[in-house]
Amino acid sequence: MAKANLMDYEKALELFEVVIGLEVHIELNTKTKMFCGCRNDFGDEPNTNVCPVCIGLPGSLPVVNKKAVESSISIGLALGCKIEANGGFSRKNYFYPDLAKNYQTSQFKDPIAYDGALEVEVPSGNKFTVQIERAHMEEDAGKLTHIGGATGRIQGAEYSLVDYNRAGVPLVEIVTRPIIGAGSEAPELAAAYVRLIREIAKALNVSEARMERGNVRCDANVSLRPIGQEKLGTRTETKNVNSLRSIERAVRYEIQRQAQILADGGSIIQETRHWHEDKGSTSSGRPKSDADDYRYFPEPDLVPVQPSTELIEKLRSELPENPADRRKRLAGEWGFAEMEFRDVVNAGLLDFIEEAVAEGAKPQAARKWYSGEIARIANSEDKDVAEMNITPKQVAELATLVESGKINDRIARDVLSAVLAGEGNPGEIVTSRNLEVVSDDGALIAAIDEALAKQPDVLEKIREGKLQAAGAVIGAVMQAMKGQADAARVRELVLERASRA
Amino acid sequence: MSELIKKTAAELVELMAKGEVSSVEVTQAHIDQINKVGDAVHSFLFTSPETALATAKEVDRRRAAGESLPTLAGLPIAVKDNLTTTDAPTTAGSKILEGWVAPYDATVVTKLRNELMPILGKTNLDEFAMGSSTEFSAFGPSKNPWDLTRIPGGSGGGSSSVVSSFQSPLAIGSDTGGSIRFPGAVTGTVGTKPTYGAVSRYGLIALASSLDQIGPVARNVLDAAYLQDVIAGHDPHDSTSLTQSLGSMVAAAKRGSLKGKKFGLIKQLSGAGFQQGVQNRFAEAIKIITDAGGEIVEVDCPSFDYAIDAYYLILPAEASSNLAKFDSVRFGMRVTPEGNPTIDKVMAATRELGFGPEVKRRIILGTYALSAGSFDKFYGAAQKVRTLIQRDFDNAFAKADILISPTAPTTAFKFGEKVADPLAMYLNDIATIPANLAGIPGMSVPIGLADEDNLPVGIQFLAPNYQDAKLYEVGAALEGILEGIWGKRMIDFAPNLEVK
Repeated sequence: MAKANLMDYEKALELFEVVIGLEVHIELNTKTKMFCGCRNDFGDEPNTNVCPVCIGLPGSLPVVNKKAVESSISIGLALGCKIEANGGFSRKNYFYPDLAKNYQTSQFKDPIAYDGALEVEVPSGNKFTVQIERAHMEEDAGKLTHIGGATGRIQGAEYSLVDYNRAGVPLVEIVTRPIIGAGSEAPELAAAYVRLIREIAKALNVSEARMERGNVRCDANVSLRPIGQEKLGTRTETKNVNSLRSIERAVRYEIQRQAQILADGGSIIQETRHWHEDKGSTSSGRPKSDADDYRYFPEPDLVPVQPSTELIEKLRSELPENPADRRKRLAGEWGFAEMEFRDVVNAGLLDFIEEAVAEGAKPQAARKWYSGEIARIANSEDKDVAEMNITPKQVAELATLVESGKINDRIARDVLSAVLAGEGNPGEIVTSRNLEVVSDDGALIAAIDEALAKQPDVLEKIREGKLQAAGAVIGAVMQAMKGQADAARVRELVLERASRA
Repeated sequence: MSELIKKTAAELVELMAKGEVSSVEVTQAHIDQINKVGDAVHSFLFTSPETALATAKEVDRRRAAGESLPTLAGLPIAVKDNLTTTDAPTTAGSKILEGWVAPYDATVVTKLRNELMPILGKTNLDEFAMGSSTEFSAFGPSKNPWDLTRIPGGSGGGSSSVVSSFQSPLAIGSDTGGSIRFPGAVTGTVGTKPTYGAVSRYGLIALASSLDQIGPVARNVLDAAYLQDVIAGHDPHDSTSLTQSLGSMVAAAKRGSLKGKKFGLIKQLSGAGFQQGVQNRFAEAIKIITDAGGEIVEVDCPSFDYAIDAYYLILPAEASSNLAKFDSVRFGMRVTPEGNPTIDKVMAATRELGFGPEVKRRIILGTYALSAGSFDKFYGAAQKVRTLIQRDFDNAFAKADILISPTAPTTAFKFGEKVADPLAMYLNDIATIPANLAGIPGMSVPIGLADEDNLPVGIQFLAPNYQDAKLYEVGAALEGILEGIWGKRMIDFAPNLEVK
């Protein structure tokens, strides 16, 4: 696969207006599947959470999961949507072996929620309003594993296995209207939008909302039109972009790829495209036209979904604070500087810091560990923070160890590495490696006296009032203590001993 | 022929309850009859005499132990082969499912088991219940016990012939456009399509989900009532099943009355153009109803003229989707073409070989009716007709308590007569289809033999939604008067099948 020619990003934006559209699938965390009583847990042994309904055996019939409907309504309300009082399910007909019935039970004409809007802030501080066209309920398909091919893709595979544990898992698909006017910030807006959707789903507790596990999946539509043109350009749909970074990169890539094709006089093929994380590029999937004929018709095995006004209002009254309000509140509670707080939001660290604070960390300490260390390491390893092998509780434990003076910052960084390497909780690591600081003044004083004796010139300087000279002695003492001393205490003692000697 | 098999279900239940006859005796008598006439009539696709006798023994043991038993305990029954059973194959009359044993029982089958009814076997049907004659069964047609050269009706020709040839006192049918009522009419038996949702469809291999309804097949109205009372009721596995109780059909049948009721004669289905013998018997039935104190009023249902057209768009549309799951991936037949075929090719080859001509015809029709550009013109228009038909019924039931028509335009026709002409075949259901489109209950009751061919004729009663009991009340009353006139039961006119 030859890598496409990419136009310089700034140049692309001079020539074209970017239009994006986002489809986000949220997997609900209901106990059971959308239309049957099977456990909603597709991490189990393949084809164990299945029954006649979700593997589509003859004669079986679906029954709607009430909790899934309620979760979907809550999502709709949080997106500022209207709720459909007389909706229902439709069948989307197409043959594919991961689709047990060869039709997907979904919603077509009357989605549970429609006509919403979200205000989304991008890293620059600019705010955009994203119009939500609809949020509808549907069931997930099974999972195919292609065996024998080089790439794990269907092309070249000898055979494929299908796991129906995921078949029938409840999904809510949120579809935006075309988003126009984000300009150069379109990629950031796409990522910020999905982050906000994730935050909403998490706050509502309707989904685990973990992108790395596929609980939140994003399809990104991108099209370009020459500046000043009214008609929308032909779009591509990049499927299953599964991290916030990738969304941003994929949108940017498509802008540059499409711009070059258009500038060369070519035309964009309406198609789905696959995002390749490793190469940082997209490749052609299957052609997709608006004329794809799914032969939708109302699902005759289900009755209409008619949530009562009482139910809708009850769910509305139970909505958690919206993400914007939450940010405002946390900014106040934590007392971060404005830039600090924005960085935290943009790095997607809000949830982690909030959890770490809830586990007992001081806000600034939690921020420092996440922004300064964990995010930096994640970045260098090309990972999301969520993929890092450390929990907010462990971060809080680490911060508390530092706060109480049991370890110092340098040791703490070693402990962090050990936690990330899977060696256990911070407290356990400190104990097992005997990393606790030497707080016995006697031992420290002995080391200080020895160091001072070795460096009489330094002692002289300290006595002359040149206190910064103490650094050399402190360094020697810390070295003697193998770093396991509180540097501030060492400094105090050095000055004390120097004045006494 | 054993005297036991000639008895009604109600009579057998009473004899067993009194201890005058055992369930094993009753069950064995029917098994003997199956052995005697089964091959000639070809009602069953699968028989299970051992499990039936095992259930019978269990009932006898528990009865002897003084346990209180369900009403129909020990009474044998046959089940249409589009209902799933864990202890017998379920084929729906199709090659594509040949040999498939479901891992779960249909809700109705569970109810029969809970009622401790010995299940004799699975009865024949047109493939996926698509047909009016059983000629579209992949396993060969069933015969009409009144004349083995004629069709037993369809799709439930297995159930109608099994009951009319005394191989079972009762059977389960399913009715999507007349598949219980039409076979009932042409075999001189009673068949009811309950209100849509009265009986759970869970485990019924769907033809058209919005039209399908399971119901009883019997030799008289009271027996059908007993069976409907056993199989009806809400099922949490079927979202379309009714939550309310429709009352006791047995009580309604025992009440049996025509007096003071208004019978709506449907102008569009008054019998004009129907076989003369059918018209004659229907006219007599009207007179009997009037004589018994019923009042006849004419009702106009103009949208019925479009019922068949609408039905043959809605049904294939739903069927094309319902049958998509037969793809060889998870169950049933798998045909692997030569070479190294992709899954698409395997699916296509399996469906090419596994489905018969009528199934393919309807899948293609339905796929087309739902396709972009055709949807509004076909499926959408058909749904509008459906609404108009429901409105016609509403207006008619404002004037009448019950609507009446002949059940079918003709008596049983000969094999091969219509099988090559789909439209002629579809017209058999002209009188039965409107009830499915509206969801309302309907029943066919025998009213004698046509003059020209001495074959059974049926009257159809239709009642408003949820008022199935009215069907049993008037059906039992008319049946009683007719049996009085004849001096015997309708089914006793049937020629004895002394085959073998």
